[in-house]
Amino acid sequence: MTTTSFSGTRVKNILKSIRIPPVYYFLMVIFLGGGILDLMYGGGQIFGNPKIMMNILVRSVALGIVAVGQTMVIIGASIDLSVAYVISLTAVTASYVMQGDPANVPRAIITVFAMGAVIGLVNGLIITKLRVNAFITTLGTSLIIKGIINSTFSNWAGSVPRSFEFFGYAFLGPIPVSVIVLLLVMIVGWFVLKKTKFGAHLYAVGGNKEVSRLSGLRTHRILILAHVICSMTAVLTGLFIVSRLRAGAPWVGPDGLYDLESIAATVVGGTLLAGGRGGVWGTLAGVLIFSVLDTTFNQLGMNPYLTIVFRGLIVVLAVASYTIRSKKEAA
Amino acid sequence: MTTTTTTGKNGFTSTLNTTWQIIKQIPPVFPIFIILFIIVSYLSPTYSSTVGILAFLRRTAPLGIFAVGQMFVLASGGFDLSIGSIVTLVCLVSSLLLNNDPANAYSSIGIMLLIGAGIGLTNGLVVSFLKVPSFIATLGMMLIVRGMALYWVGGAPKGYFTDNWRMWGRGYIENVPIFGRFPIGMIVLIVVGLITWYIFHRTNYGKQVLAVGDNVRAAQLSGVKVRLVRTGAFVISAVLAVIGGIMFGGYGGVNVTIGEGLEMSAIAACVVGGVLLGGGKGSVISVIFGAYTLEILFSMLNLMGLPKPYKDTIQGAIIIAAVAYVALSQRKRR
Repeated sequence: MTTTSFSGTRVKNILKSIRIPPVYYFLMVIFLGGGILDLMYGGGQIFGNPKIMMNILVRSVALGIVAVGQTMVIIGASIDLSVAYVISLTAVTASYVMQGDPANVPRAIITVFAMGAVIGLVNGLIITKLRVNAFITTLGTSLIIKGIINSTFSNWAGSVPRSFEFFGYAFLGPIPVSVIVLLLVMIVGWFVLKKTKFGAHLYAVGGNKEVSRLSGLRTHRILILAHVICSMTAVLTGLFIVSRLRAGAPWVGPDGLYDLESIAATVVGGTLLAGGRGGVWGTLAGVLIFSVLDTTFNQLGMNPYLTIVFRGLIVVLAVASYTIRSKKEAA
Repeated sequence: MTTTTTTGKNGFTSTLNTTWQIIKQIPPVFPIFIILFIIVSYLSPTYSSTVGILAFLRRTAPLGIFAVGQMFVLASGGFDLSIGSIVTLVCLVSSLLLNNDPANAYSSIGIMLLIGAGIGLTNGLVVSFLKVPSFIATLGMMLIVRGMALYWVGGAPKGYFTDNWRMWGRGYIENVPIFGRFPIGMIVLIVVGLITWYIFHRTNYGKQVLAVGDNVRAAQLSGVKVRLVRTGAFVISAVLAVIGGIMFGGYGGVNVTIGEGLEMSAIAACVVGGVLLGGGKGSVISVIFGAYTLEILFSMLNLMGLPKPYKDTIQGAIIIAAVAYVALSQRKRR
């Protein structure tokens, strides 16, 4: 592409560069459809009550934060199934270490982030150095963590001090702190992916690992770092959940299906499961679709089991809308 | 690969070489299984008695069947995450269809098999024609099937399984020579194993599954109907999930969470049985032995007095180690 000095084309280029991921149209359709259904059959709260709108955002925080990390590993053509148990591990460890005492909070936070870093590092090392498929590696590490948590804790362990509930419940003006944190994580994720060398390299590795290796990229380091970041986001989600629930239990991660749903949200958001293409803003829309669906069904008083069915349908249909035109066979 | 024995003064060494060649071709899962089995029968006398061994065979038969189904999909290069929720569907809906009347057993089994085939067909069509990656397609199907099952029965199992329905999973055939009594589940596994072995190793279809998993483009160019082959693999996987689910439910009883995580166990069994994720490799017998190896390992840990949750930890370590072993030994060969 040649650069021209015409300011008109420059503006055009800038406008072109902020292309909205197509998933946002899908999100709008679901939001409007849900709102209209709610007007017709429910209380009309979705459009009428700003609290419900805010609730949609708060619902997205837990999944949204971890989905940023998941987006990064998927862009690198990897996958992380261990996030659900990293979330559980964070929740129980944090509340166990805190024991309701504000003085223990820094120690708990350092502990859980250190654990997250180690887990991400181990995942990355097994995938790159032992050449184990990412799916199997992270399935394996998630089983390992699951066994360790379930044999150590059987129920709610410890509690978080009142001051720590700030993260889950406090407001900064009209906006919940947790939503601000989600947005910050999104912005950092966007910045890392689009504005740093590491991000550019991650796209390259995800697009074609062998070519990137031959072009001199340290593919192993890049993938390991992506996995460390992913585990860190899982830890942050775990901290958010424990501050909402006021204590941690071993089942909080897997019960929320954070492993599969973070992957689903990422792919619904337009990130290629095979790696090399995608971004965090699409993922945000994917996460929002889930919360809009949940809120709509909640407002309509729909059977919770049918809600699960619709989630499944939406995931498949949304992804199908991108893939249907591809000429390559899917696997 | 053929190895010919040359006669002459090197006869002895070449026979040794031939034997070594044959030994090298045995998948590692068989010796590992035998070693573990010997350890377990030392630890507990139950595992050295016919009754105990048959009970063990019966208990693991469903996992063997799930694993074979999963293998077809894995070998064709995909994933099937819907197995666990198909099992939940089978158990919950069968309890409803049976309506506590033994006369309904066969019709309900027939209906479940049809539903299973429908689910597999849908998975296959979504992957082949909508081009949705199978991970996402079957993940969506997992949610859909689980939600439908719970919605259909209203969230809790209705009634109980009749004895003629449960017999597939827990029944025995009495007065069998040598064994005394032989588990029906084991017969189902053997029949399923033989049929799938024939399909996978002796028909064109089996070769095409491997070809598609190995290199889609190459398979396509050599005239394989990729979409048909993939869809077939998903149908086989779903139908086997129904068959295994009937046995699993018959053995364990009605339960809302009965199928949870079974797809991952099936993948683990496949991996231990030497299946490559991404496709192109698989063997029915190794995979069945993979399932038995996992289960005998759990029995061993149990007998050694390890707390139950550690079962997951060990399973996780085992599947990573199994795949790392294969990956590293392949690198050496290259």
